[in-house]
Amino acid sequence: MSAITIPLQQSEARIARRETLRELGRSKTFIAGALIVGFWVFWGIVGSRLTPLDPLAQGDTILARPGPGHWMGTDTLGRDVLSRVLAGATGVLKIAPLATLLGVVGGTILGLVTGYFRGFVDEALGRLIDALLALPLIVIAVTAIVALGASNTTLVIVIGVIFTPLVARTVRAAVLAERDLDYVPAARLRGEHAPYIMFVEILPNVTGPIIVEATVRLGYAIFAIAGLTFLGFGIQPPSPDWSLQISQNYALLAGGSYWWTVLFPALAVATLVIGVNLVADGLTQVLER
Amino acid sequence: MARFLLKRTAFALITLVLLSMIVFATAQLLPGNVGRNVLGGFADQRSVDLLNHQLGVDRPVYVQYGRWVGHLVHGDLGQSLEYKVSVSSLLGPALLNSLKLAALAFVLVVPLSILGGIVAALRQARTTDRVITVGGLSLTAVPEFVTAIVLIVIFGVAFKVLPTTAQAPPGAGFFTQVEYLLLPAFALVAVLFGYIARITRAGVIEALDADYTRTAFLKGLDTPTILRRHVLRNALLPTIAVVATQTGYLIGGLVVIETLFNYPGIGQRILIAAQNKDFTMLEAGVLIVGIVYLAATLIADTLYSLLNPRIRYGAAD
Repeated sequence: MSAITIPLQQSEARIARRETLRELGRSKTFIAGALIVGFWVFWGIVGSRLTPLDPLAQGDTILARPGPGHWMGTDTLGRDVLSRVLAGATGVLKIAPLATLLGVVGGTILGLVTGYFRGFVDEALGRLIDALLALPLIVIAVTAIVALGASNTTLVIVIGVIFTPLVARTVRAAVLAERDLDYVPAARLRGEHAPYIMFVEILPNVTGPIIVEATVRLGYAIFAIAGLTFLGFGIQPPSPDWSLQISQNYALLAGGSYWWTVLFPALAVATLVIGVNLVADGLTQVLER
Repeated sequence: MARFLLKRTAFALITLVLLSMIVFATAQLLPGNVGRNVLGGFADQRSVDLLNHQLGVDRPVYVQYGRWVGHLVHGDLGQSLEYKVSVSSLLGPALLNSLKLAALAFVLVVPLSILGGIVAALRQARTTDRVITVGGLSLTAVPEFVTAIVLIVIFGVAFKVLPTTAQAPPGAGFFTQVEYLLLPAFALVAVLFGYIARITRAGVIEALDADYTRTAFLKGLDTPTILRRHVLRNALLPTIAVVATQTGYLIGGLVVIETLFNYPGIGQRILIAAQNKDFTMLEAGVLIVGIVYLAATLIADTLYSLLNPRIRYGAAD
C-alpha cells in the first residue's frame, strides 16, 4: 500500500478497490483457497441439516469399512463418519473468526497507540512480547484454559488475548513507517487530536497489512483450536468437531486398522487450514506490493 | 562482538526474569485451594490450613514469588504436589526424552529445508519453486497432529514399515530408538520445513540479485564456487535466526506430538501437570521450556555474530 497524502475522490477510491478485487480474481492461489474455504463455510452454516445422516445418531453397525451406505465408514458408536466430517466444521468456524476478530481489534488499537506515541509503554510492551514469545502458544493457552474452564467463550478470549500483542507488533511496524510521512505532521499542525490522527488519518493507510495479518491469524487460530481440542482443552463433546473425532479415535490406529475414523477428519482439518493459508498468500501478494 | 553478545545476554536475562513473573502469575490463576487439591475433599479444614502453611501458599504473592525464585537459583525446583517427589527427578528424564525427539527433528529438518529453499530460489517462479513454496506453506499450516495422523496411516497402518508409538522397548539400541522416533519427528519436520525453506529462499534470491554475485559471475568464477562462497554465506544468516526462533514452536509442538504418540517427554509432563493442577511441576516445566528457547536464541545470536563480519568487527551494533 502506498501512502496517499491527498484525500482520494470517492470514485478514485472505488476504482482502486475494483482494481484490487480484479487482481485477486486473477490470483490462482487466492481462488483455490477461497473455493476450499467457501466449501467448508457452506457446510459450517448448513451443518447437520444437509448431511446424509444425523452426525450424532448412533447406529448398529460399528466400525464399518467405507463403502456404500457409509462412504467414509462408521465410528465406534456406529455414527456415519461422512456426516460427522461434513458437520464438523461448525464449531471451529465459529470460534476461530471470533478469536481472530478480538485479537485484530485489540492488536490494532494497541499497535496504533504504541507505534504513534513510542516511548516507555512501547519499549515495555516490546520486552513483554519477547518474554511471551519464549513460551509456546499452546502452553500458555492450556494453562489459561485450566484456570478459566474449557468452553467456547474461554477459547475465543484466550486465543484473542494471546493474539493481541502479536497483531499489535505488525500494526506498530506499519504505523512506524507512516508516522513520519508528511500527512501526519500536517494533521498535527492543523490541530487534530492524537486519536483522530491515529484512527482517521493513519488507520486507513495501514489496512493492507492488517487484512493480511488477520487472514494469517485466522489460520493460526484454527491451528491452535485444533490442537487444544485434540488435547481436551478446546471444543467439548458431543460436538462432531474434527479434532475431537481424531482425539476420540486415534488410539484405534495402534491396532493397525480402523484408519477411516481418523484419516477423514484429519484431511478435513488439513484442507481447511491450507485453504485459509492460500487465501492469506493470495492477499499478501496483491495487497503488500 | 563482545559488546553485542553482552547486550544480547543481558536482554535474555531480563526476558527470563519477566518470563518467571508471567509463569508464576499464570500459575496463581489456576483455581482451587492447593492444600485441598493435595489432600482431597475428605480432609478436615485444619490439616488443609496446616499444609497450606507448610507449603507457604497462605502468604502474600510477592513473598511466595521471592521464595520460589530463591529456591530456583539454588537449583531447587520444588516438590511435585501430585507425585510427592522432587520435580527435577520427573522433569529431568522427560526433558532428555524431548531433547532426543527435538534433536532428531532438527537433524532432519535443517539440511532438508535449506536444500529446499536453495533449490526453490535457483528455480525461482518455475514449477519446482511453486511446489516447494506452496507445499511448504501448506504443510506449515496444518496442525502437527493432523500431519502425524496422515503419516501414521501411511507408514504405520497401510505399509506397516514404522512403529506407531514413539517409545522404544526398554534397553533398545540407538537405531531402534531412532526408528521409533521417526514418525513423530517427521510430523515436526513437516511443520518446520515451510518456514525455514521460505527464509532460505528469500535470502538466496536476495544474494543472487546482489552486485557482488554479478561481479563474481562476470569475473568467470564457476557456479558452485559462487554459490558456496558468495551466495550461501550471505543467504544463510537469516536462516540461522529463524531456526532458533522455531525452537519455541518446536517445544509447543512437542506437547501435542508427545500426547499423540504417548511419549514421556516434557510436553506431556506439562500437560499432565496442568490437568492435575500440579503448580510446582507446571511452573518448573513451563520455565524450563522458556529457558531452552532463550538459550537457543542466544546460541543463534552467537553463531550469527561469528559468521557475520559486520558484527564480528563491531561495525554494526
